[in-house]
Amino acid sequence: MRDKKNPTLRTRHPLLPPAARSTAAHLLTAAAAQGRFALPCCTQCGRFAWPMPEACPECLAEVALKDAPNEARLISATKAEVPADSYFRERAPWWVGLVQMGCGPQALVHLHPAAQVGDALDMTLMLDRAGQAVLHAGPIGGDMTTDPQWQHMTADPRGRRILITDARHIAALPLAIALAGAGAAAIFAGVPEMWKPLPQREALLAVPGLVLVPLDVTSDRSVADLAHDIGGKVEILINTADLPRPGGLTAPTAQADARAAMETVAFGLMRLARSFGPPMTARGADGPLGAVAWVNVLSVFSRAHPPALAGYGAAHAAGLALCHALRADLATGGLRLMTVLTGPTEDDWFQTFDPPKVSGKALAAAIVAGLQRGLEEVSVGDLAKDLLQRLDENPKAVERALASGRI
Amino acid sequence: MAMDVLATLISALACGQVRVVDLTQTLTEDFPTIVLPPEFGQSAPVRIEQIAHYDAAGPAWYWNNLSFGEHTGTHFDAPAHWFTGRDVARGTVDTLPAEDMIAPACVVDCTAGCAADPDFLLTRQQLEAWEASHGRIPQGAWVLMRSDWSQRKGAAYAGLRGDGAHTPGPDAEAMRWLVQERGILGFGTETIGTDAGQGGDFTPSYPAHHYLHGAGRYGLQCLTNLHLLPPTGAVLLAAPLKVHAGSGSPLRVLALVTGDEA
Repeated sequence: MRDKKNPTLRTRHPLLPPAARSTAAHLLTAAAAQGRFALPCCTQCGRFAWPMPEACPECLAEVALKDAPNEARLISATKAEVPADSYFRERAPWWVGLVQMGCGPQALVHLHPAAQVGDALDMTLMLDRAGQAVLHAGPIGGDMTTDPQWQHMTADPRGRRILITDARHIAALPLAIALAGAGAAAIFAGVPEMWKPLPQREALLAVPGLVLVPLDVTSDRSVADLAHDIGGKVEILINTADLPRPGGLTAPTAQADARAAMETVAFGLMRLARSFGPPMTARGADGPLGAVAWVNVLSVFSRAHPPALAGYGAAHAAGLALCHALRADLATGGLRLMTVLTGPTEDDWFQTFDPPKVSGKALAAAIVAGLQRGLEEVSVGDLAKDLLQRLDENPKAVERALASGRI
Repeated sequence: MAMDVLATLISALACGQVRVVDLTQTLTEDFPTIVLPPEFGQSAPVRIEQIAHYDAAGPAWYWNNLSFGEHTGTHFDAPAHWFTGRDVARGTVDTLPAEDMIAPACVVDCTAGCAADPDFLLTRQQLEAWEASHGRIPQGAWVLMRSDWSQRKGAAYAGLRGDGAHTPGPDAEAMRWLVQERGILGFGTETIGTDAGQGGDFTPSYPAHHYLHGAGRYGLQCLTNLHLLPPTGAVLLAAPLKVHAGSGSPLRVLALVTGDEA
């Protein structure tokens, strides 16, 4: 049960931890966004370094990011009762530790209060509320989620009120079940075109704390009306709205389908951002259960565009591009925007795609895990992961493969 | 003489001898539209997007951008809408004769049958029974099927189930008879289509569309307030937007009725 807010008290303005970083340090941001533990490593001598250097501190050669072992040992711990920085002072006491990493460097880390000097620690590279990569450490095997500092850097659904924008999405029901299982206080499930049958209505309504709400992201009025109603209550928004319609550029319904997909995936996101963004951003510091995250579920074809999904890929590319603007807006309140790029899902629209495909349950699990870990970029399914990796390595090869009908 | 007639009409309107009944649903974003299998091209829904509202986007004025398919809200079907009417002369809304936009209307009360059965079908026999009470349906008249369906909302209005829509309409013989043996101008309903929800299974499929448009006649759907019309004597004003080569359009449908009947 959530503690009720005292309406006579002013809602705090969101403050952020210090955000200044070097350009090179954003290599760490990328790893933290994806939940990878990686450290700067010399390309010549192979030594790991911390913090992010411009060159190897030992041999001055170039450094690159490399996955690293994440164990460490606690050298000293400090409980900062009155930190100088306003963000930390509001959240004091704040624990800081000096750790010796197994792979070499020493580092100052955000420390789990249960850690004792000499303890073996698990380290996590994560994003703080300013969206910058930081190190967190806690006892090996310990429950990190009990650490208030961890809680500040993640977007745990526990106790929060969550809007799923499209209850007709294949992941909507398993997502609602997973969120309820993760302790969500309330789940609002948006239903576009309420006048059409909703096949999983009874199953959805059986999820504890779930209510169906009218929401059509292609309608200004519908989005605005729901934001007027619950915009001040939503702490996590998960945008599942989608309109998969296969077809190449010259398919008979290509243009109308692409326009409809754009209205849903791209302009729908803009409508949600306009109506839900400001009230959520304003509640970024509204107590321990304030607004914390926005999730956009998009197709991996937002990054690589099969000709057979021309309009659909373009709509998702537009949606992904808009995510960058929305991320910047949400960041002013310390909210995280998590993009979830999925491979083809197990529904009729991707019937002709070869397995493995992504089940609604797998997609739901990835979303909830991503929130609990405070991630910013999640990919779901072997196809999506493989495609993104190949895109990093050789984008033209991916383009040619997609052009020939292979994925 | 003509001036006298119009002056008389204006006078009758002013004193309530003739009243205007609005048969139009409000054009809203959440009003149900026709649902086709999703692999077909789909009608765009009604969307109303604000351009400015006495604000920074336009300090002294309010206006919107509208978008919708031709067959949304209370709308008009032109002959070119159906394959049977594709070669009809003046078969699109921009070319159809303006004089057809004002015509008498016969209203057939099917409310009891529709209340009992969402798949209620209006038959030739029922129409002949109606004629026995109200006289022969005049050539060039609208025939409006009153179902009170317009009083339903949302899912109850759309009537969608796993096997398609379940909404009332005419059967095939009724439409053939109305078009070929009575020479009606058009057929109007309160439901989403001029055909019954299950009309795709009739022979011919969608007989209202098939017969009406093949003969160059018109359709009106999503009407409301038919309960305010007399069985005979009303005059309909149904002028679709003059859309270039349009197959139909949303429109305002008005009925003139004499004061005693309104």
